[in-house]
Amino acid sequence: MNAWHNVWTITKRELGAYFTAPLAYVFIVIFLLLCGFFTFFVGGFFERQEASLVRPFFDWHPWFYLFLVPAVGMRLWAEERRVGTIELLLTMPITAWQAIVGKFLASWLFLALALALTFPVVLTVNYLGDPDNGVILTAYIGSWLMAGAYLAISCITSALTRSQVVSFIISLVVCLFLILAGFPPVINVLEQVAPRLVDLVTSFSVMTHFEGFQKGVLDSRDLLFFLSVIGFSLFTTSVILRTHRAG
Amino acid sequence: MIKVQNLAKLFGTKRAVDDVSFSVNRGEVLGFLGPNGAGKSTTMRVITGFLPPSAGSVTVGGFDVVEHAIQARRLIGYLPENAPAYTDMTVLGFLNFAAEIRGLRGEARKQAVGRAVEMCFLESVLHQSVETLSKGYRHRTCFAQSIIHDPDVLVLDEPTDGLDPNQKHEVRQLIRRMGEKKAIIFSTHILEEVDAACTRAIIIDRGKIVANGTPQELRQKSEWAGAVTLRVRNVAAGTVSTRLYQVPQVKRVTVVEDKDGHVTVRAFPRSGANGALVAAVGEAAREWQIEQLQAEEGRLDEVFRSITMPDTAKEAA
Repeated sequence: MNAWHNVWTITKRELGAYFTAPLAYVFIVIFLLLCGFFTFFVGGFFERQEASLVRPFFDWHPWFYLFLVPAVGMRLWAEERRVGTIELLLTMPITAWQAIVGKFLASWLFLALALALTFPVVLTVNYLGDPDNGVILTAYIGSWLMAGAYLAISCITSALTRSQVVSFIISLVVCLFLILAGFPPVINVLEQVAPRLVDLVTSFSVMTHFEGFQKGVLDSRDLLFFLSVIGFSLFTTSVILRTHRAG
Repeated sequence: MIKVQNLAKLFGTKRAVDDVSFSVNRGEVLGFLGPNGAGKSTTMRVITGFLPPSAGSVTVGGFDVVEHAIQARRLIGYLPENAPAYTDMTVLGFLNFAAEIRGLRGEARKQAVGRAVEMCFLESVLHQSVETLSKGYRHRTCFAQSIIHDPDVLVLDEPTDGLDPNQKHEVRQLIRRMGEKKAIIFSTHILEEVDAACTRAIIIDRGKIVANGTPQELRQKSEWAGAVTLRVRNVAAGTVSTRLYQVPQVKRVTVVEDKDGHVTVRAFPRSGANGALVAAVGEAAREWQIEQLQAEEGRLDEVFRSITMPDTAKEAA
């Protein structure tokens, strides 16, 4: 009970921090603009003549998140370290875990809000045709989990440095790897070079695991993949914070 | 309340704190002195649980800061160096957050925040964002955060740094007042603060404790303690010092000033000459026109210098 109260106190503060700075609004606007542009123009939503959001809308999400999620996560720990508030935070009567989870949760909820604000696309497709809303819902859940995985990785890189820019770039590179490991052109090359490794490499990719959600399948293995990436990354964050203090 | 035993903290191979032991009881205000980089902040960070100790142990209110970190931290209020605060929050928001994370809710929180605001004179900036505050106000905001839960133990790292003289005075008064019921440790460079607020002082240098006592005791260690300053007119400086060297209690005489016929000299006592020196010097100088004859108290800055920089202290004196 008390533990969750502590987590929630941290989460509330972090969420407040997002909305007092212009970053949150800039982020949401850019995200929605990108979603709209890619869905209707690049993704060819109308030309497809089908009542589905999978190809025109959700296919782009791994790529949007590549840039936007590191931008959301970069300040989480880097800013605390730069300003020195980390010394306040970690000497409060809370565990490092509560702080880590609280911060992660705040950013994840923020991403959920951004994602929820894409609802006009869902309304549009429902107005124009008769889509399978169950599939859309699972795809949304998958998308949010994927964002969470990216975000947890950004937590690690943010804890590594005082500089938000460095954090942004490193997490972008790591997330890019997670995409490319399942990106068709890369897989094609890999099949020629080392066919035995294909399964291993693709199983690390967010693309592979997001695929199932997009089809409307809630596979426990995919769920486990995203949750374990989040869990592992947050654990790594706690280790980094500890070693940083141990000197 | 605070018990530090054989504490050591290594950064790589550098020993920032080396075998430090002391304790602070309720009702004590401990001044933590030392040159920059002596290990003051590191010691405080270990006490507050921010840094784990490399060796030794620290207990606060009986709780080990590593084993029972949460219970120990509940008892502590901490003002870190440079008084960090979340710049994106308002002062009120920041204090509400601090109170809430300390487990204060509802009416209790409101009262705690109100009390801290009042003690630190923050009413006028309550709704201002921390980012826009002047250094003094930001400092006090962070200070308010440290006392919000009325802790038994206060750890203050340079609490008067960056404040103007009036604010410094306020903070010292506050520390002294709160020190009656709490155990307080604060670090400072400013020696007059030790006199103004401390019941005890520790001087730390290169990670080791080099002196520990009341301000009065520390002052006694000064060469100056018991020295006598004498100013006379129309006597040659040489004559004065020759005469004073003949006084048995005098160990050493220095000429402080020799200008326009006024000579000021200072006589330092041999050990054990307690208090007798003024009379003896007065006696030796009775034929001259004495303008000033004064017994000196020990000076903390001189003690500080002679302890932390033993090579240069002699020349300075």
